[in-house]
Amino acid sequence: MNIVVVGLSHKTASVEIREKVAFAPNQMEKPLRELVELPDINEAVIVSTCNRVEIYASTHDVAGGMARLKRFLAGYHDISLDILEPHLYSYHGEAAIRHLFRVASSLDSMVVGEPQILGQIKTAYGYAAEYKASGIILNRFLHKAFSVAKRVRTETRIASSAVSVSFAAVELAKKIFGDLTDKTVMLIGAGEMCELAAKHFLNSGVRGVMVTNRTYERAVRLAEEFDGKAVRFEDLFDQLHKADIILSSTGATHFIIGAKDVEGVIRQRRQKPMFFIDIAVPRDIDPKVNDVANVYLYDMDDLQGVVASNLQLRAEEAKKAEGIIDQEIGRFFNWLSMLEVTPTIVALRSRFEEVRQAELAKTLASWKDLPPDGQKRLDALTSAITNKLLHPPTTLLKRTGQGGRTDLYVDALRQLYELETGEPQEEELGDLEE
Amino acid sequence: MNALLFYSTLCIYFIATVTYMAYLLKPRQILGRAAHWLIAGGFLLHCAFTVARYFEAGHTPITNLHESLSFFSLTIIGVFIAFERRYHVFILGSFVTPLALILMLASSLYPSAIPELPPALMSRWLFVHTTLAFVSYATFTVAFGAAIMYLIQERFLKKKQLGSLYQKLPSLDLLDEINYRCLTFGFPLLTVAIITGAIWAETAWGTYWSWDPKETWSLITWFIYAALLHGRLTTGWRGKRAALFSIVGFFVLLFTFLGVNLLPSESLHSYERLLGGKNR
Repeated sequence: MNIVVVGLSHKTASVEIREKVAFAPNQMEKPLRELVELPDINEAVIVSTCNRVEIYASTHDVAGGMARLKRFLAGYHDISLDILEPHLYSYHGEAAIRHLFRVASSLDSMVVGEPQILGQIKTAYGYAAEYKASGIILNRFLHKAFSVAKRVRTETRIASSAVSVSFAAVELAKKIFGDLTDKTVMLIGAGEMCELAAKHFLNSGVRGVMVTNRTYERAVRLAEEFDGKAVRFEDLFDQLHKADIILSSTGATHFIIGAKDVEGVIRQRRQKPMFFIDIAVPRDIDPKVNDVANVYLYDMDDLQGVVASNLQLRAEEAKKAEGIIDQEIGRFFNWLSMLEVTPTIVALRSRFEEVRQAELAKTLASWKDLPPDGQKRLDALTSAITNKLLHPPTTLLKRTGQGGRTDLYVDALRQLYELETGEPQEEELGDLEE
Repeated sequence: MNALLFYSTLCIYFIATVTYMAYLLKPRQILGRAAHWLIAGGFLLHCAFTVARYFEAGHTPITNLHESLSFFSLTIIGVFIAFERRYHVFILGSFVTPLALILMLASSLYPSAIPELPPALMSRWLFVHTTLAFVSYATFTVAFGAAIMYLIQERFLKKKQLGSLYQKLPSLDLLDEINYRCLTFGFPLLTVAIITGAIWAETAWGTYWSWDPKETWSLITWFIYAALLHGRLTTGWRGKRAALFSIVGFFVLLFTFLGVNLLPSESLHSYERLLGGKNR
């Protein structure tokens, strides 16, 4: 039994292609049922997000199974396989296991470390389980992927830091103020960056927004958008003490806020901290403001520096995560290998026993005057011979189950002795993970 | 039995401190939780030791350096656990438990023989006065730890060096809040400790206040924390200034606790004097 995956992602296909093969979340029953009815395909899980569409399946025939999945993906969405083929990737065995572990741990995401993907895979698995498209192999596989992702999340800091300028500003604010719910943000000027940052602050629960602009009408319009309060530009310094977080991005060619101004304001605030974010270039706020006690000033370069070092941190953490995944692949692969080994050993043993019993019966039937003692001895002798012969292959199989060419031996034994093994049963497999 | 309790406490404090240090370096939540339970276990043992010692001596065990250092350590850990539970900041332990461990190590260096207590000191006041004083000291020690953390975190934010320690330290607001809470608990305790001390002095020696070095330095400590509290409540002292004040206050407090013994003039509170059983 083997695990295969066929799919495409933001790395191999543009959004035009991705949207054509996406599966709607509320219509998963049909494709899942069709998949498991395909010959060669035993179990299937469909992961469909805006950045990737992937089908995971278990199959006895790797090449045939992958080809069928590709044809299914094209056929289901009415696209010619010739168009789709160049965007598709397919993996089997260890590579397929590594792929899902990396995807679930958000190492394959557009923004490495983003947290949504794990939830999306859980939902995808939910559908497969609901429509009984997944069985013991994919069940175990997906659960393993969840636990690997969890381990990566707790043991590395892959998702612990902001990788956009506006999120970086929010995180900094949290390190200064702790809770943001009773804080007020003031926007000075307007601009895309400034508004985006303001939105992030609002999402983090700040209490109020104040907006000021040289053109009062613009301030009013923007204030309405944020459900905030417009302030006349002339009143800036009368109102500044009410703001905890100040986002500035005016088109001014000189500093509009100096250290002296802020010293006055901070006294008025009885030293309650202030966080200035200067997004404007050229800058709006005198860098000396950062030297005032309880005041923190970050300009665009500072924020970009934070983002750059966070990205670097994520890259380093991603390496650690790959190490964790390597370990876990080994463990899961052992389990998967043993899935084949145990039934093969059982079948091999019963085959030998069958032959022995048959031959023994034949001999005893023709050897009438053999005393009971002799019969016993004959039984013991044949039993000893078969056991001696079976010992080396049994131990070899069990040992190679710990990561070797198990498939090779299992296939060889099956063909050599014409063994037939049924589907593996969960109970007899035991838990090899711990 | 007492020695066994003492050394197992010391041992667990050591392991807990190492775990807190590891937590400072490695981002594993489990380390923080392990350290928390270790220190809580150590604290229970330490309580058992102190109670056993109380019954053996027949009075609160704070009459020589061995006992007082251990008792100081006990109160620090107790107050720290309360704050850790309240604010969910394991990392506070990385800054506070080493102090308690050092005190325990120092305690282990002093003879553990139970001193004969002069009858004048055998009083309920011994328990009330010293416990209040030590709990207030412990609260200020936690404030000291939070203040150090504040200064580090504030420096990171001002210099824009946002490394892994920055990530792990809590927000400035929370650190300042801990500092303030410590002050609002510790200051009234210290005030009552000084007052009960004066009442006890009156019953034991016949005078409320004799400008003994310990008394003088306690008063200086009190004034420092009074100034900080006043500044916080009226002109909005906070942040870095409050942190620096707590650090200065802590060193003066340490001197009040230990340094006074080193002064040439003889203090009524000196542990050696207590040991000798001499009294005025």
